[in-house]
Amino acid sequence: MDFFLKLFLSGTAKGSIYALIALGYTMVYGIVQLINFAHGEVYMIGGFTALIIGGLLFSSGMAVPLVLLLSILAAVVFSAAFGFTIEKLAYKPLREKPRLSALISAIGISMILQNVVLLAQTEKYLSFPSYLPELEFLRPVREYLNSTQFIILVTTAAIMVILTLTIKFTRMGKAMRATAQDKHMAQLVGVDINGVISLTFIIGSALAAVGGVLICSYMGQINYYIGFVAGIKAFVAAVLGGIGSIPGAVLGSFILGWTESLGTGYLSSDYEDAYAFVILILILILKPDGILGKNQKQKV
Amino acid sequence: MERNKLFRDLRTSLIIAAWFSFLLFPLLVMKVSVTSGAALVRFRWERLPGIAVAAFALSFAWRRALEWNEARGDKPSGAGPIAALTARARSALAVKPIRLSVSAVLLAVVAVYPFALGMYHTNIMITALIYVILALGLNIVVGLGGLLNLGYAAFFAVGAYTYGLLWKYAGPAFVAAGVDPGWLFWIALPTAGVLAAVFGALLSLPVLRLRGDYLAIITLAFGEIVRMVLQNSGAVTGGATGISLIPRPWFFGLRLPPRQAATYIYYIAVALVALTVFVVRRIEDSRVGRALEAMREDEIACEAMGVDLVRNKLVTFSLGAFWAGIAGVLLAAQTTYINPDSFTLWESITVLMAVVIGGTGSIPGAIGGALLLKLLPEYFRPLAQYRMLIYGIAMILVIIFKPDGLFPRNRKKYTFEGAPSEGGASPAADGQEARR
Amino acid sequence: MSATDPILEIDRLSMIFGGLRAIDDVSLHIREGEICALIGPNGAGKTTIFNCITGVYRPTEGRVTIRRGSGQREAIQGLKPNVINRKGLARTFQNIRLFGNMTVLENVMIGRHNALAAGVLRAIARDAATRDEEERLIDDCRRILVKMRLDPFINETARNLPYGAQRRLEIARALATDPFLLLLDEPVAGMNPHETKELEETINLIRDEEKVTILLIEHDMSLVMNVSERIYVLDYGRLIAEGTPDEIKGNPEVIKAYLGE
Ligand SMILES: Nc1ncnc2c1ncn2[C@@H]1O[C@H](COP(=O)(O)OP(=O)(O)OP(=O)(O)O)[C@@H](O)[C@H]1O
Ligand SMILES: [Mg+2]
Repeated sequence: MDFFLKLFLSGTAKGSIYALIALGYTMVYGIVQLINFAHGEVYMIGGFTALIIGGLLFSSGMAVPLVLLLSILAAVVFSAAFGFTIEKLAYKPLREKPRLSALISAIGISMILQNVVLLAQTEKYLSFPSYLPELEFLRPVREYLNSTQFIILVTTAAIMVILTLTIKFTRMGKAMRATAQDKHMAQLVGVDINGVISLTFIIGSALAAVGGVLICSYMGQINYYIGFVAGIKAFVAAVLGGIGSIPGAVLGSFILGWTESLGTGYLSSDYEDAYAFVILILILILKPDGILGKNQKQKV
Repeated sequence: MERNKLFRDLRTSLIIAAWFSFLLFPLLVMKVSVTSGAALVRFRWERLPGIAVAAFALSFAWRRALEWNEARGDKPSGAGPIAALTARARSALAVKPIRLSVSAVLLAVVAVYPFALGMYHTNIMITALIYVILALGLNIVVGLGGLLNLGYAAFFAVGAYTYGLLWKYAGPAFVAAGVDPGWLFWIALPTAGVLAAVFGALLSLPVLRLRGDYLAIITLAFGEIVRMVLQNSGAVTGGATGISLIPRPWFFGLRLPPRQAATYIYYIAVALVALTVFVVRRIEDSRVGRALEAMREDEIACEAMGVDLVRNKLVTFSLGAFWAGIAGVLLAAQTTYINPDSFTLWESITVLMAVVIGGTGSIPGAIGGALLLKLLPEYFRPLAQYRMLIYGIAMILVIIFKPDGLFPRNRKKYTFEGAPSEGGASPAADGQEARR
Repeated sequence: MSATDPILEIDRLSMIFGGLRAIDDVSLHIREGEICALIGPNGAGKTTIFNCITGVYRPTEGRVTIRRGSGQREAIQGLKPNVINRKGLARTFQNIRLFGNMTVLENVMIGRHNALAAGVLRAIARDAATRDEEERLIDDCRRILVKMRLDPFINETARNLPYGAQRRLEIARALATDPFLLLLDEPVAGMNPHETKELEETINLIRDEEKVTILLIEHDMSLVMNVSERIYVLDYGRLIAEGTPDEIKGNPEVIKAYLGE
């Protein structure tokens, strides 16, 4: 029972990070029906930016909480900027083209970003200094839930709430939902499609950046390649929950986090990365629309 | 008027240059290193002007290119120097003596290649030819079938491991019986093809009804799982260390020295490429090929005409897998050593790039793309580390500006050339090759 | 089995999309050799009925059965579109769905896909039988194109065809599958009166010479009244009337449905 609880909680923490990345996938897919293959790379860039800016500020003697805050901010800003730029550069010219064109373009972007970081920074794993505070009140239960995990959980929960409210109640949120339903119709009633799409990429990338900083702090290391695996897993989570659905992405992420955690704990750790793929295959075969996804019939 | 536009363009480019200088600043100008837990940052200011200038120039060129691209619209790349050149080449090739002499020269070059250039270049060429087979096979799936397969390396692995495992488990028996283990190659070749095809059919059966982009991702998942299984079942497959000392193909019982062995494998590879091209062309130009063409155009209409889409997709998938299996055996025979690292996702993506950059659906495209992608980095060593970066950029440029690739497909269209009826059959449309 | 035993029977068919009942408890039948029309205002559910018959959608409720020749009645609802096509039902699409980048000839060749047998192995071998089959195929296709007056366009790329010719090509392609029942979804939409008149003749020709039964959806009332023997009227997914053209013309329910209240 003890062991189970531990695994369950670490799975929850993992799941909430996947959720931050999965949201970007699901939002982008909901709006432009594109599997943004490069999303994982945006998340990796968020981690690197935090490492670089954090390192710079820390060595200049700034107080740790401020370093933490500013490095997360920098990660968010730069990742968002990357997300915005990628869309304009590689996806917008292909918007009216067959879907697979944009997917291929996304694979290209993914390779470019990985290799830019590889060439301009390093190919080695770097250890990632955590600026996250040690929370005193968690001391008694630290074996089950450490500070980093706790912070991850709370941050994710807060972001989810804010995001849900934004999409439900603000003007921009409504425009987003309208665009997701029917792009051309939304345009007819005066929604600025380009703006909505850009904003979707910006929000998705910003969330991924937060995820990037948190997971790097949690794992304690970073490398140009981390975006790929995490990206795929987050995508699996989004599909599992029903791509296009925001609560679905969150639910799917938790299920994936728990499966991985329990799977490595009880079955075999050799296949840690395989669980996600197995889940993906099963869900696509059994219920391609995901748990909370809508069944969509093509009109003929 | 023109001046105004230029001025505006320059201003936009300036803004974009500033934007990219900002965007790339942390990654390109700053450099981080971590020593004993603390991140240290170094500035490489000397790079900043370069980034700004490059961004300025590229943004200018990029927007011009996009404008040109949009003005061109949906029209196939009819005009332009390249198109004119290919058109001229094509019409020249239509003349029989020219076609014959070009083929003769090509054949001669291919034939003397290993003798003229030696073992080093022969080995590079064998690797490239293996990729040509892979690209031709994937081209069946992506180009003819319109199915994006990101797990193609798995079938490549099935081929290589068929030979590897055959050697590992049946090899000793062959040696004990006094039979040349090189025979195993010739046994493995068809076996691997069939096994990969069966494997392809089994894997794809449950997923073929999925939408295109889901299919791409699920094939990616299959590919990764296959690699992980190879990696983690060490008792059978040798795990991460793989299988070594795989024999070279049998050649009249002779134990060829490395150089001759390379030449021999080179010829086998050339023959297999020729066979692949032959088979793909025959299929393309048949009932099955036509159905695939129609399926890519409109799945719903195609199904309403009685075409069994699942069956067609299954056939394309297995056919593609078949050639990957063949290529895998060749790889094992050439390197005499295999391990799971040769079958990663990036391997699948490299083959996909060869197909896309060459020209989706086009046989010359698959050949040209594979040769380009494999030979260029070998001969531009200093650029080797930028290889994946350049590939990525090339892939995006092609998909945006030249979606039909560098060597576009020239589909053989069926036309009717019989005696004109009362209405009079119009001459072959589009200047395409006519038939009958 | 009497001759009046219908070749297509739809029994209490319903189709629900989310909350929308696009078809609500519709029953209808078609007898051999008939030309029937299915009419109704926009969004009434006509195309949805075609989609349920041809397997594009799986109906939420109800049965669709066919009888071929003197054979047994068999249920076809929920089968895949290609299977249903093989059983002898062929259709055209309201929003033309030709293979736009293929030639007119090739479009019809796809229609004859199941009349040929060559699989992958025979394609690779290209033996005498396969070559023969291909030769015959082109002749067969040409015959169909002549019948549909499309032979002047035979080598044209389909999407470059004039609109009326594209509609006729849809019919030619469907006919190439050797159907006993042809479902036409707005065959004259977008055609001028002259073309409409021509198509009217063609429809009669298909029924009389090819012995193909026809069910058509159409908004052009003159065509409907001229060619059809019986008419079904659909409104908001429900069947509101059935009868001969004369009966339908005078039916107050139908007039109400079309004019609104
Ligand atoms: N795939 C689908 N998903 C959701 N609703 C659908 C779908 N297909 C059709 N509908 C709805 O079902 C209703 C009937 O549509 P249908 O296309 O059958 O009408 P119709 O009678 O053919 O109209 P028209 O004369 O305009 O072609 C419409 O309200 C339509 O929006
Ligand atoms: Mg309709």
